[in-house]
Amino acid sequence: MTMIFGVPLAVLSGQLLIGIINGAFYALLSLGLAVIFGLLKIINFAHGAMYMLGALVTVVLFDLLGVNYWVALFVAPVLVGAFGMLIEYFLLRRIAGQDHIYSLLLTFGVALIIQGVLTNIYGVSGLRYSMPDMFKGGINLGFMFLPYYRAWVIVVALLVCFGTWFIIEKTKLGSYLRAGTEDSQLMQGFGINVPLLVSLTYGFGVMLAAFAGVLAAPIYSVTPVMGSNILIVVFAVVVIGGMGSIGGAIITGILMGVIEGLTKTFYPPASSAVIFLVMVLVLMIRPTGLFGKEA
Amino acid sequence: MSKNPDREYEQLRISGLHAFYGESHILHGIDMVVQRGELVTLLGRNGAGRSTTLKAIMNMVGRRTGSIMINGEETMQCAPHHIARLGVGYCPEHRGIFSSLSVQENLTLPPVVRSGGMSLEEIYTMFPNLYERRFSQGTKLSGGEQQMLAMARILRTGANMLLLDEITEGLAPVIVEKLGEVLIALKNKGLTIVLVEQNFHFAAPLADRHYVVEHGQIVEEISANELSAKQSVLDGYLGV
Repeated sequence: MTMIFGVPLAVLSGQLLIGIINGAFYALLSLGLAVIFGLLKIINFAHGAMYMLGALVTVVLFDLLGVNYWVALFVAPVLVGAFGMLIEYFLLRRIAGQDHIYSLLLTFGVALIIQGVLTNIYGVSGLRYSMPDMFKGGINLGFMFLPYYRAWVIVVALLVCFGTWFIIEKTKLGSYLRAGTEDSQLMQGFGINVPLLVSLTYGFGVMLAAFAGVLAAPIYSVTPVMGSNILIVVFAVVVIGGMGSIGGAIITGILMGVIEGLTKTFYPPASSAVIFLVMVLVLMIRPTGLFGKEA
Repeated sequence: MSKNPDREYEQLRISGLHAFYGESHILHGIDMVVQRGELVTLLGRNGAGRSTTLKAIMNMVGRRTGSIMINGEETMQCAPHHIARLGVGYCPEHRGIFSSLSVQENLTLPPVVRSGGMSLEEIYTMFPNLYERRFSQGTKLSGGEQQMLAMARILRTGANMLLLDEITEGLAPVIVEKLGEVLIALKNKGLTIVLVEQNFHFAAPLADRHYVVEHGQIVEEISANELSAKQSVLDGYLGV
């Protein structure tokens, strides 16, 4: 058996694959956080709950109405995104312009309420969601076994990340978002409906989280608390990448997933701490994050 | 040379305007009228409330009371984006060039609010420097070019009333001269212009009327032909 640094190649590549998958989720989630923070200047602690809602809605839609995975991939993010826009319109808008701590506490509270209510209904033991038939099985690459679904998750997550980057950096709509991030008051003075842009942006960020949730439903245990577990790591990823950089959020997400996977292979006890260790190091050397703009 | 202002058409009427930033009371009852096609300046010392008056017109200050009519329409309840859509183009003192946008993206950012705005070609003819640097990052331009960009940006939208805040501040004389030519060209097109200006020598030959602002109130109104007679009064207010 081929060994690399004393580790079988199959084990190493298996962990790398898990790392890339986790990284794809980190990227999707931190991307949404970065988009929301950019325009709304709020730290969206409800992001994990939105991710969870994406997964839960997928499961519930299937159980109640038999809605299949492909439909859920569109419907669940739209439903959750609309729910996010309601939260923005009725709650977040009222504290716009206040200190970050208010929006942090508000979104954290919203997340706790959503999680609490759903835990009451569904418990925390995890709901079953079976993978669509076409994704069952996988391909033997010689050095490792690649399940089809995992390959799909990586490809589609990267496509969505790239699409989001393209929209923000290269289109007219994206230029509104970038300009609004710098000076939304002046944008509004030019006749752009900034309150609407803010709602749509929050809804879009939430949609990205819910989309990640749908992708996660067949491979992770779907529970009302699944979001709070991943959210803390995602925030560390955002801090490492630097707030406000779209490309940075994507690259850092994947990179951190890979680092986590490698640590799991070579020194498992440190695997859940390694991202935070990287965060500390980055903050010491570059307080604005790897891709953050100098203040 | 300039087209005569239309005395019949009130483009802007402000009455009893008070404005507040939090607890501080900045404007104490501004009253002023601007006719279509007029170029009117707001003169006064720093902190007198001239920039705040422009911001208050745009609904960009904390709280306002009084009345601001634009084209005969009361705008006190309007959101800022609706005010722009009445044909108002605002050029802020800090210029507001977006660093994450290229020059051309900055230029095409504000939506067209009325027909009759300048096309991109016309703007590039008027400001050739902007054409040469259209793919540069907006804030990589020189101060003068950024000012041109900030002006050009609102000309594209078709706005027919421009609120210009300290456009000559900190710029070299040759740029200031160019801005003066631009203002004359805009006036000849029939645009209404409210100019907040520190540089009186720049403003004096361009303006139809001057309002002197002090402590958040209009303390003097001087038309262009009274200027020489009232020069000493004006000097007193401006502290020159």
